Amino acid sequence: MCLGVPGRIVERCTLGEAALAAGLVEFDGLRRRVCLELVPDAAVGDFVLVHAGIAISLIDAGEAERLLQHLRALHEIDIPEETTP
Amino acid sequence: MKYVDEYRDPHLAERLVAKLAETVTRPWTVMEVCGGQTHTLVRSGIDQMIPDKLRLVHGPGCPVCVTPLEMIDRALEIAARPEVTFCSFGDMLRVPGTARDLLGVRAAGGDVRVVYSPLDAVALAQKDTDREVVFFAVGFETTAPATALAIREARRLGLGNFSMLVAHVLVLPAMGMIVAAPGNRVQGFLAAGHVCAVMGYEEYYDFAAKHRVPIVVTGFEPVDLLHGLLMLATRLEAGRCDVDNQYARSVARAGNRHAQQAIAEVYEACDRPWRGLGVLPMSGLRLRPSYHDMDAERRFPSTSPSSVEPPECRSGEVLTGLLRPDQCEAFGTRCTPEHPLGAPMVSSEGACAAYWKYGRSPGQRASATNMRSG
Repeated sequence: MCLGVPGRIVERCTLGEAALAAGLVEFDGLRRRVCLELVPDAAVGDFVLVHAGIAISLIDAGEAERLLQHLRALHEIDIPEETTP
Repeated sequence: MKYVDEYRDPHLAERLVAKLAETVTRPWTVMEVCGGQTHTLVRSGIDQMIPDKLRLVHGPGCPVCVTPLEMIDRALEIAARPEVTFCSFGDMLRVPGTARDLLGVRAAGGDVRVVYSPLDAVALAQKDTDREVVFFAVGFETTAPATALAIREARRLGLGNFSMLVAHVLVLPAMGMIVAAPGNRVQGFLAAGHVCAVMGYEEYYDFAAKHRVPIVVTGFEPVDLLHGLLMLATRLEAGRCDVDNQYARSVARAGNRHAQQAIAEVYEACDRPWRGLGVLPMSGLRLRPSYHDMDAERRFPSTSPSSVEPPECRSGEVLTGLLRPDQCEAFGTRCTPEHPLGAPMVSSEGACAAYWKYGRSPGQRASATNMRSG
């Protein structure tokens, strides 16, 4: 139930007649209207974490990259490169 | 899919498994709090790749599972009313009440709908003005902002035919109950990443210090979970009871203050009974008095007889990590997804459902491990 799916904001839009901030968000090719009321700083092109039709968090691209670099460094240090005979 | 595929990389996972094997020198028991994490761990086979000394126990973070039978029966009673359109997340439909489930109510002619978002239920109330639309608000802090927005929106639209049956629960009181219980074995926690995306993890510092347990806020993909386990094992081996954040791409230390404000405006904390855990003080959310007119429990007075739990269901022990699903005598025989005794067998986050779905029958070792499966 606490499932959260990352998606990219493609454009701003409205949610029904509601005055709620919303956007069209793309998930792996699929586009859906998502409420952006709780992520006022999110802009078109940003990735948000969506739960139950509502973005609950703005994904921090810098933090994501830092983690992957850290993990890949772990990879490089620990596995000796194959030596060619 | 960006921010998903990178965290299912088998090469990174292999290295993390190797690192874990180097790091863990003594036996440790740790709990992943969220049921979504349980499913990833079992589906990808992580529970069988990590060192034997590192024991995983599955936590209570499945809101469907911990919703007490009385509340399920209350939902069934309201859903069966002829004037009601009852909206729920799909997960709740097969959860057994004392006599039947929501699918059974629908089969008997009740208007039970599955919605993806609570805002969809508000839209339904706006469209079908002659129907009483009730949304079943189940979930942890992750979900509470969405239901808070829904009720705020229904109020703004002046919808007199929208109400909610609120069964929200809070994760930290349950963690506190588990770690303080006699016979507790949990020595560290992987905290639920999406709860923390909303609430942050500020309050975990006091908890970690008070209970002498390290806590690592962790994401949901296999690499996230392995990395979270490595961070936790490193702390346990070093005797450090501190808090760290593996899931910084989605979780800020202070969480999402807009989401917190929405929760605080609509809800207040209350004592709440949990399935198998009893009443935990200040462990739930209820509507504030200014929203009582939209409280389905007040709008539809109860007439149902008392709820009766199946005596054979040991979900309370499963939910507190005292019993592994495959150690339950009813598992896979008298309790299956088709004929469940309790919610953990049918919820998509239930530990019993994970063991069933990914082939953890007694004595069986899963062989097919696939990091890339979603």
